[in-house]
Amino acid sequence: MTWGHAMTKANHSVREIGQRTDDSRLPTGITGFDTLTRGGLPAGRTTLVVGGAGCGKTLFALQTLVEGARRWSEPGIFVAFEQRPQDIVADAASFGWDLPRLQRSKLFFLDAQLATTTVQAGAFDLAGLLAGLAHKAREMGARRIVFDGIDMLLTQLEDPAAERRELYRLHQWLQDSGLTGILTAKSEDSDPTLLHRYGFLQFLADCVVLLDHRLAGTVATRHLRIVKYRGGNASCNDVPLVLSARGVAVVSYDRETLDYEASSQRLTTGVAQLDTMLSGGFFRGSCVLVSGAPGTAKSTLAGAFAEAACRRGEPTLYVSFDQGSAEITRNLASVGIRLSAYLRSGRLRMHSVHARSRACEAHLSELRALAEEHGTRCLVIDPLSALNAAGEGDPRGRFERLILWAKERGITLLGTTLLSDDGREESTPIDVSTIADTWLHLTYSIQGGERSRSLSIVKARGIGHSNQVRELSLSRDGPTLTEVYVAGGAVLMGTMRWEREQQESASRARERRQAEDHQRHAEASVAELRSRIDVLKVELDTKVEELKRIRHQQSSDSDTRAATSSGLRRLRRADPVPSHPTAARPRPGKRP
Amino acid sequence: MSGSQAPRDAAATLSLRLYVAGNAPNSAAALANLAKLFPGSEANGPAVAIEVVDLLHEPSRGLVDGVVVSPTLVRLAPAPVRRIVGDLSDHQAVLLALGVPP
Repeated sequence: MTWGHAMTKANHSVREIGQRTDDSRLPTGITGFDTLTRGGLPAGRTTLVVGGAGCGKTLFALQTLVEGARRWSEPGIFVAFEQRPQDIVADAASFGWDLPRLQRSKLFFLDAQLATTTVQAGAFDLAGLLAGLAHKAREMGARRIVFDGIDMLLTQLEDPAAERRELYRLHQWLQDSGLTGILTAKSEDSDPTLLHRYGFLQFLADCVVLLDHRLAGTVATRHLRIVKYRGGNASCNDVPLVLSARGVAVVSYDRETLDYEASSQRLTTGVAQLDTMLSGGFFRGSCVLVSGAPGTAKSTLAGAFAEAACRRGEPTLYVSFDQGSAEITRNLASVGIRLSAYLRSGRLRMHSVHARSRACEAHLSELRALAEEHGTRCLVIDPLSALNAAGEGDPRGRFERLILWAKERGITLLGTTLLSDDGREESTPIDVSTIADTWLHLTYSIQGGERSRSLSIVKARGIGHSNQVRELSLSRDGPTLTEVYVAGGAVLMGTMRWEREQQESASRARERRQAEDHQRHAEASVAELRSRIDVLKVELDTKVEELKRIRHQQSSDSDTRAATSSGLRRLRRADPVPSHPTAARPRPGKRP
Repeated sequence: MSGSQAPRDAAATLSLRLYVAGNAPNSAAALANLAKLFPGSEANGPAVAIEVVDLLHEPSRGLVDGVVVSPTLVRLAPAPVRRIVGDLSDHQAVLLALGVPP
């Protein structure tokens, strides 16, 4: 029983950051990192965080201390070899951690820089410092300790043998103290002559986290990778590290199972006819993709969806890349989609950013944080494809993670994507189409000197949907979809459709009139024939009567003649004649 | 620098503090080197007051006084305060830093 209970709890801790159950792991509280490492850093062991300048090493280490103090009331010590503690505290002020308050009881910063005026006269070591730290750790009840910029100290030792000795001393001290230690150091590529140092550091550490900072085009992106993890099955994938308003976050969704709930509730699309086409609307928590060329009213459909969500009272987040919120609200108002009231009440939030201002993962992390803070139920990203432009790497994985994140929270996500208006129609460059649940595609058709918008449902998982192409028209009353006109295998829209409809209706009227004429003619001839039949019937009856009369007369005449003749024979004693005078009967066809 | 301009007799009040970590090799060497540099005979040189702080016995002293490595020698007087780290095996450097003529 206890075993089963422990198992459930352990599983839970992997999923829920903020819960502590596994003693061999020390959660960092850094979003995504504890999931990636199945629980956090190895507890009571040493972790090395390596990376070039500006990768976020100090921040990663500091955040682990801060989260430990804030969430689990675990005091921590920060030994700063490279920067003044007051600078570190000032740099972290924007993250809202309230370090001055934590410093009073839970966090201790030690300025361990060797002043530049310090004269070096011979070999030295860390024995005194470690004795002091051990004392301090006991006094505070510290559980976590950071040695930030250990490479600075090692460089001052000016001797590889001394470096190894002091690192070994530090490692030994950490093991004896029972503290979970984080050492940060600049990576070897900053100085290839220091390879020996890092080899030894990596050997000593139980966990090695590599941070790096690279350029994708002109956009800087940070990445994190677990190079080594003793006694753990941490994921070794290269994952994006994001610097957000709340500190660093690891973008990790290494979930092997997809066990989110699937709602069967339908949400209106904001366009009545589209709801009909989708037999009720989108599923709650599904991912909808609206693709199309520029100007095909993708944003209008997105706006209609957002407005409908707000009308239902659901917190809605409209993320727009490269277009200002004011501009969007104004444009949407012109087609009858009014968002400003919801925007004022806060039910609708609009977040407009320039796509290239930051790395794609930074954008995604920011909007996830925004959505979680806002309690967003419906999320619009317009256009989703802008995220593809701002960054590198694995766009498909990125969108998969976004969709998974939304699904886990039951957030209905509608993204638009721009399609290059060449022959590659209905294939989205960002590949979201395959992961999206519902895909609406908007196109232009040019006929008779006009552009008309048309909408078709490319796919809608789990929804019986119309296979028809509809014409999308925009008016002051909002977007509407009308059935398109199919003539001779061609879809007609706009004026051509109207003209064609007029022609068709004229010809139908003509045909109707002709048919009516025909009917009248036919009815007249039927009536005439009937009357003729009546006349003929009378005539026939007359003739039949006449025939009867004639036959009757004929037979009575012959009887009289036969009686006369038999009387004569009797008188003459002649032979009797046969009783049926066949010769006297008239033959058929020989009637008069 | 005001320190180097200080008169020679001010050196008579040379006040030093040596932070050591027990009998750790570097700390023991520093103590030995300091004894060599200042043999204690007032006739041979200026009067020196030396205080030794063992960080293993007074662990909080190091953190409070901003001593990162051991051994560390601090010149408390005359002003300004100077710090010398290491086992003091480089006598020239030590004397130069303390402002004492060799």
